[in-house]
Amino acid sequence: MVAFRYGPAVFGAMIAATLMAQSTYLPGLAIQSSESLDSPRHTAAVRITHWITAISFVGLLISGIAILIAHPRLYWGETGALGGPSLIDLPIPFMIGHSGWGRYLHFLSAWVCVLTGLFYVYSGVLTQHFRKDLLPAKADLAWSRVARIVWNELRWKRPTEDESLTYNVVQRLAYLGVIFVLFPLIILTGFGMSPAIASVVPVVRSGFGGQQSARTIHFFVAVALVLFLCVHLAMVYLAGFTNRVRAMITGYSAARKERS
Amino acid sequence: MSERLSRRKLITTGIAAAAGASGLGVAARLADRYGLIPPDDGGVYGAGETMTYAAQRLLMARHSLAREYTRSDISKIAPVKGEAPENETYQRLSAGGFADWRLKIDGLVARPSFFSLAELKRLPSQNHIYHQACEEGWSFIAEWTGVSLSYVLNLVGVLPQAKYVVFFGFDTNFDAVDKQTIKGKWNSIDMAEAWHPQSLLAYGMNGRELPPGHGAPLRLRVPRQLGGKSTKYLSWITLTDTVKDIGQGFGAGGVERGFSWYAGI
Repeated sequence: MVAFRYGPAVFGAMIAATLMAQSTYLPGLAIQSSESLDSPRHTAAVRITHWITAISFVGLLISGIAILIAHPRLYWGETGALGGPSLIDLPIPFMIGHSGWGRYLHFLSAWVCVLTGLFYVYSGVLTQHFRKDLLPAKADLAWSRVARIVWNELRWKRPTEDESLTYNVVQRLAYLGVIFVLFPLIILTGFGMSPAIASVVPVVRSGFGGQQSARTIHFFVAVALVLFLCVHLAMVYLAGFTNRVRAMITGYSAARKERS
Repeated sequence: MSERLSRRKLITTGIAAAAGASGLGVAARLADRYGLIPPDDGGVYGAGETMTYAAQRLLMARHSLAREYTRSDISKIAPVKGEAPENETYQRLSAGGFADWRLKIDGLVARPSFFSLAELKRLPSQNHIYHQACEEGWSFIAEWTGVSLSYVLNLVGVLPQAKYVVFFGFDTNFDAVDKQTIKGKWNSIDMAEAWHPQSLLAYGMNGRELPPGHGAPLRLRVPRQLGGKSTKYLSWITLTDTVKDIGQGFGAGGVERGFSWYAGI
């Protein structure tokens, strides 16, 4: 029964989150500012799911590393073990003894992450977040535009406040890739490693070429997500850390006094 | 904007939250009744563990079968985790070719029984070639020969109250007078896993006698869970309606060392 102790609270939070997503911007959560130039940036649903996902991702990453170091060797196909051929030997020492709590934490975090993700996708479709905020305009998909944005970011050029009010095409593509490619892929390869789930839906294992292939792909998708996180944090820093984090907490971007 | 968060919305939220809470209460009672709560449902990780176990059990409501491979798929390397028990009883039985070994089956059964290895081998035998993954990440495919667990359970006659089948090997102090002092690699499975057609009491591996490292003379094989669930060096099987009175009450010695009870992952 212990498992259901937090149930009502979680359920209440989800209902509240739905209502907040509908009312879009909660004045109560915004920092009261004398400046009237503050502009709405993120809906409540986006902010709440962003931070829950962030916490669960940290849990998944720490526990994933704890599980990996028990056997930091990657294989291809159905099977693989010490004494047999490997695909990659990661330069990490074998450290047995963390995969127990690692697995507990991994699945607890995975449930939080997946349920939050499902809610995010549901609300994103409902509020047209994907269509309005993330789907790139056709004209923006030109290579020259993409290249210019990447070039500006590589030169560490700070975006203007107007540019911060909407996602540029590179951001849109990165977010869509994470939400609709990397996350589904890491969930499916996780299923592929499960002997129970593979017995019900064999294609989650055979589709990736076997249990060990699923494990290897799971690892590389995790690496891709960590790389995304690094670039994401670097870009948040570039665009103005305080203001961007404030926008993701309160929903509002503060008006910048100086014009860049 | 504040008018949009009206009183009506707050009342709706309240009603919905109350409905949700009572719905969860009903769900909890149903989950308990249909055996969807694992023995290690407490603590920080209990919620996640319960969700995983309940979700997978519902998903596998009808016996789903682990993939059966062909002989050409059998791995050349089948690593062993841990070593054969060093205690005097096991060494003596092993030296005698396990002729004096007996498997005790008791608890919630109509006919508590002892089986010798020869008796088990006279029962209808099965061969299964399936994949086995270790908790740590490595895996292999092997062929296992033995008698179906459900066949043996039918021989002893399982009473309807039974909820778990508990397995003790020679690497546990299974002869402890007080069951709460039992330690080691004992484990338990639910009845859904016990009646599963691929669950096997194996005495042979890859066409030979079960090697010592792989659990001689007899081990459990449950292919829909991680390898650690397939208890080795079996000595005693008992059927029970609760695992709360064995060891620390989590259903497996492994839980006491930090590993979750359910290993379908």
